[in-house]
Amino acid sequence: MKIELPLAGALFAVAAAAVVYTSFTLPPVLSTQNGWRGTAMVQVELPAHRKALQAANVVPEAQPPADLANEKSSVAYENVKVLGDVDSAEFLRIMTAITEWVAPEQGCTYCHAEGESLASDTLYTKVVARRMLQMTLKINAGWKPHVAETGVTCYTCHRGQPVPAQIWFKETPPPEPAYAGNRNRQNQPLPVVGDSSLPHDIFEPYLSKATEIRVESAKALRTGPNPSIQSTEGTYGLMMHLSQGLGVNCTFCHNTQNFADWKTSTPQRVTAWHGIRMVREINNEYIDTLVGAFPANRKGPMGDVAKVNCATCHQGVNKPLYGVSMVADYLALKTGK
Amino acid sequence: MAMLSFERKYRVRGGTLIGGDLFDFWAGPFYVGFFGVMGAFFTILGTAMIFWGASMGPTWNPWLISIEPPDISYGLRFAPLKEGGLWQLITVCAIGSFGSWAMREVEICRKLGMGYHVPFAFSVAIFAYVSLVVIRPVLMGAWGYGFPYGIFSHLDWVSNTGYQYLHFHYNPAHMIAVSFFFTTVLALSLHGALVLSATNPPKGETVKTPEHEDTFFRDAIGYSVGTLGIHRVGLFLALSAGFWSAVCIILSGPFWTRGWPEWWGWWLNLPVWR
Repeated sequence: MKIELPLAGALFAVAAAAVVYTSFTLPPVLSTQNGWRGTAMVQVELPAHRKALQAANVVPEAQPPADLANEKSSVAYENVKVLGDVDSAEFLRIMTAITEWVAPEQGCTYCHAEGESLASDTLYTKVVARRMLQMTLKINAGWKPHVAETGVTCYTCHRGQPVPAQIWFKETPPPEPAYAGNRNRQNQPLPVVGDSSLPHDIFEPYLSKATEIRVESAKALRTGPNPSIQSTEGTYGLMMHLSQGLGVNCTFCHNTQNFADWKTSTPQRVTAWHGIRMVREINNEYIDTLVGAFPANRKGPMGDVAKVNCATCHQGVNKPLYGVSMVADYLALKTGK
Repeated sequence: MAMLSFERKYRVRGGTLIGGDLFDFWAGPFYVGFFGVMGAFFTILGTAMIFWGASMGPTWNPWLISIEPPDISYGLRFAPLKEGGLWQLITVCAIGSFGSWAMREVEICRKLGMGYHVPFAFSVAIFAYVSLVVIRPVLMGAWGYGFPYGIFSHLDWVSNTGYQYLHFHYNPAHMIAVSFFFTTVLALSLHGALVLSATNPPKGETVKTPEHEDTFFRDAIGYSVGTLGIHRVGLFLALSAGFWSAVCIILSGPFWTRGWPEWWGWWLNLPVWR
């Protein structure tokens, strides 16, 4: 005993020192103030993190402008159901850009079946791509409260990959525990909720269904049935995802003195409010409707199609691609002509 | 002012750190000393500046008066008085008056031949304050990280600073500090209950002695720390709570910029269960 206790103490001290030495980061830090001085509404990040994010979120060079053919694409090509009013040369330029944005390695044949007419719809990827173009047009024209004039292109999500990196599927129901051990889809430190114990089944209720996010009581004293702790934690879980996805902390949108109060919130909270509704529409109107088109190997464990969340576009940056507008080089993706 | 019968023996000359005999006198029941003069100077000046700042502010509601630090963009430079400069001067006055009070306690300890337990304990509180308004702001590169001087506004600052790191309960030093705070309360409640029980016996019984108290805890939990020991334990627990509170806020920002839950990655990634 006389030898073992100091030995155990020394081992613990060495282990603790190793954890402290390796787990923390060092100053200097970068900061962006986004509230009145003294409110502590500040974004804090490491220079190395910001540098890595900036390197990972660069807009690719635009395709050279097309010499207009003065002929509509719907006239020049067969089976054109979107962007039919666009000049056929510009249409071809957009197709080239889409290949670079979505399937640079696979090329045109990722959507257009090899050896068949360009009009052929045999590949599911082409059916999906058409729907995604309709979605892009809708976002750019109809969701300006969220995307403003910056807009989105295929690249905002895809980043040169056929399947965007940040997607989600419906979760499988947790196994019925024989006796105990029902974790109720929480207490598992998963990255979607920032490694916290908060409920991780956050996307289907909030970004597919329209589960109410308002959980904070508007009155000091209880006046009726309040939202449950579970719905509060679910909301917190969703907000962890928003923070991680946008690379910001809670004070980017909220003065946490009162999360619910719009008067003390920042303008970004309004943008985010519209964004949550936009994501729901994307998932319900444009993605879940494609469930028949996708092959089984592209579907999740519950047989649904990969859906979007905040991180799909944002990828750790509060303005995707640092707010550089790619649509400016492809105005047809906003106007449809 | 009349002197209490036992007070004369505490009025001991000497023991001063600065000023020799110059300020070694009493004003009524209060010892003055060099640090008493310094403390009064900084306190009066700082409080006057708070009132001046309040007079320029939008409200006289004592809950809502707030003297805010400068914008982050001023970095570690002086800011104009009305844009945080006042906060900077008040901070200097606060540290000056807290420090003077601690040194005055040291002088009194020396006069009475006591240990420095009291000034040491107060120094931990001063350290916690200095961590918030000097150490962390300097490490992060701007005075704007200090907390505002106002009753409600400083609470809002605490809330927002916590939410800068998404979920502050995952801050390891915060965990330790909270544990010490609760343990302090537990120890004080056990101690208070014991003293009250021992000194308020049932009718017909005498007041219980420390031997009785020791026996109670030896029976209950197998150990009694004793009448002197409980005060040492209490001091250790209380000072540890304050110390780890200071550590938890110094870590947040200078040494960790992301959500605190994410810090526990090292635990989740231990090769045992990864």
